[in-house]
Amino acid sequence: MSVRQYDLVYILPPDTSEQQATEMHDQVAAIVSRMNGTIEKTENWGRRKLAYEIGPHKEGVYVLEVINGDGDLVKEIDRRLKVTDAIVRHMIVRVDEEKKVVDRTRTRRQTSSERRRVRRGLPPVRQPGEGRSAETEESDDDRFDGVEV
Amino acid sequence: MPFGQGRSGGRGRGDKKKDGEKQSQRRPMFRRRKVCKFCADKIDDINYKDVKLIGPFVPERGKILPRRISGTCAMHQRKLQTAIKRARQIALIPYVTD
Repeated sequence: MSVRQYDLVYILPPDTSEQQATEMHDQVAAIVSRMNGTIEKTENWGRRKLAYEIGPHKEGVYVLEVINGDGDLVKEIDRRLKVTDAIVRHMIVRVDEEKKVVDRTRTRRQTSSERRRVRRGLPPVRQPGEGRSAETEESDDDRFDGVEV
Repeated sequence: MPFGQGRSGGRGRGDKKKDGEKQSQRRPMFRRRKVCKFCADKIDDINYKDVKLIGPFVPERGKILPRRISGTCAMHQRKLQTAIKRARQIALIPYVTD
């Protein structure tokens, strides 16, 4: 099966200790390595306020894992996390395709702007202090004015 | 607003100008042209993790701000929509607030 990239975000209860968090991470890592996947990166966002109450909790410890693996791996992780009581909520999202599109648009924009600049006889990259300095528009965000409801 | 006056369909870009002229006699309000924030700022990635970016498009009530008010283009509104829905799932943004 083809290798894909997924974001896994899970929320632990707010009273989770550092050690319990690493334990949870190790559990996930064990499943991933057993199913021939790899963890690309792990981010601990720390304690955050939840936007709404989930059960008894108003806060939670967020952990993000970026996982490379196939669909079966995700299925297994999802199943395991569902039955784990220590997890308040989790979500797995496939990200590789969106990432590809983003990279493509970014490089395309860059190359086209460089091409245009070269055609105008300028160096391909914008020099500091060139052109109009920062737009002197009002900085406050009033794009939503004229609201008619 | 009396019926048949002002905004008729209210969605097209073409009728905006005409609309402004008609209203200018009655209500001299200047309506700035709405621009898609993501196109203007060249933001490629609308990510559910980026609450700061999504935040302004979720007013107090918790609903997604419609395109006709925010001026977001169709493509970016679609991406915004998935980002907001994902952020709601993991409690970064509320579903409802009252």
